[in-house]
Amino acid sequence: MRKIVHSDILETIQMVDDHHLDIRTITMGITLLDCVGDDIDTVCRKVYDKITTKAQNLVRCGEDIEMEFGIPIVNKRISVTPVSLLANPFSPEECVKLAITLDKAAKETGVNFLGGYSALVHKGYTKGDRALIASIPEALAVTERVCSSVNIGTTKAGINMDAVKQMGEIIKHIAERTKESAGFGCAKLVVFCNAPEDNPFMAGAFHGVGEPETVINVGVSGPGVVKYALEKVKGQDFGVVAETIKKTAFKVTRMGQLVAQEASRRLNTQFGIVDLSLAPTPAVGDSVATILEEMGLECCGTHGTTAALALLNDAVKKGGVMASSYVGGLSGAFIPVSEDAGMIAAVQKGVLTLDKLEAMTCVCSVGLDMIVVPGDTPAATISAIIADEAAIGMINQKTTAVRIIPAPGKQVGDMVEFGGLLGSGPVQPVHPQSSADFVARGGRIPAPIHSLRN
Amino acid sequence: MRAIITVLGKDNKGIIYNVTKIVSAYSINILDISQTIMNNDIFAMIMLVDTSTMQGELRDMVDELNAYGESGGYSIHVQREDIFNAMHRI
Repeated sequence: MRKIVHSDILETIQMVDDHHLDIRTITMGITLLDCVGDDIDTVCRKVYDKITTKAQNLVRCGEDIEMEFGIPIVNKRISVTPVSLLANPFSPEECVKLAITLDKAAKETGVNFLGGYSALVHKGYTKGDRALIASIPEALAVTERVCSSVNIGTTKAGINMDAVKQMGEIIKHIAERTKESAGFGCAKLVVFCNAPEDNPFMAGAFHGVGEPETVINVGVSGPGVVKYALEKVKGQDFGVVAETIKKTAFKVTRMGQLVAQEASRRLNTQFGIVDLSLAPTPAVGDSVATILEEMGLECCGTHGTTAALALLNDAVKKGGVMASSYVGGLSGAFIPVSEDAGMIAAVQKGVLTLDKLEAMTCVCSVGLDMIVVPGDTPAATISAIIADEAAIGMINQKTTAVRIIPAPGKQVGDMVEFGGLLGSGPVQPVHPQSSADFVARGGRIPAPIHSLRN
Repeated sequence: MRAIITVLGKDNKGIIYNVTKIVSAYSINILDISQTIMNNDIFAMIMLVDTSTMQGELRDMVDELNAYGESGGYSIHVQREDIFNAMHRI
């Protein structure tokens, strides 16, 4: 076997030490379908036992791999079957008991987030969906580590506008219910269109019904590494830029693939996917916005930002797809405002607006993510923002999502601190003109013509 | 299992001696070792080791190496060889 070149060894070490290269998350998906029942206490006991048994070695395994490979694994997490599938016999109050059980299980296993307090209502509600969604504000207020998501549209089914309307109201309730922490509860809820079933990233992770008993999905990161690689090709044409990003993404993803295989082998669990994502953190130098600026934009959000992001997103996928045997999840660049120092700065300068962010979501992997808006934003306006994002996802056959925080008592220009990986968000303005009559229509936006592919 | 131990920092006396002392205390076999001075005063040592005969816990050795690294201002990494193969070869 050829000897490893010293410059390769030093490059890897530099990527980790200086450019924040890490595995963002190892997420274990666990099905809860065998925990169904009509007595809430029995269901809670089964859910707790199942999660704490299946994931008992997850955190330890992640720490061992981290130590042996010298690569930080920032988060170990769990995703479960959408809980609404278990919720049919229960009231919203009983659903909250399930959320508390999930929180206990998360604490027992040592994971920092557990996703799957979710409902899929793109075509309509079941009884369980209604109970679960009604319970979300209370559930997110009384738990610490439980994350929730609701899928309100797909390319195949169209957009459930009744659910869009309701989610605007639910988000307002969560903000009110967690107002001591500036509406922090909203950071744990994602409203999706075309939600993937194997996403390892929070808050939107859940274990879809097409998934196996248990599965390991891995999300990689590395905006800092891409930024550094681009610094070395300053002024060169876009062919060179794309090629540089592809090569970097390849290396980063190979690392993710290795860790995913190793983790699934040790945990005796099927390897699901590697999610090829550029996930920023609030740390300086770990920002997607600064990659776009490195391409030649004075500030993220100015004209040219969408094109720069489109190139970045595509090159990350092209580089990553050859590096991994199975690719899935969200796969693309994330643009969570509060978690990206460059985005925060761009919003504070007034360059990066909500409208520009919406345009950017047409060409990147998720949607309006970690956006803080004034506390007095009407529920109908939030619903209309969700509807716009869902329309982009539905028409473009891609995942879009909204994670928005109407921070109680906060005005445009204020900063809201969430702490940790969630960072801090500047309060952004929304259009004052009403969307209430539009949202109040309800019903379903039909699936687009190009959904008919059979 | 084969691992790569990397030591980076300001050049000083006894670095190789101290690192190999810790490594040999765990009965680890050194397969290859190379050392160079970069940019006039940055010491870089890269060591390929075989841990199959290892006695004791890898975690303890890593802790000991890190403690030595911190005392002398070196950054010491112990990483399985697989990670470099994965990242730099197709």
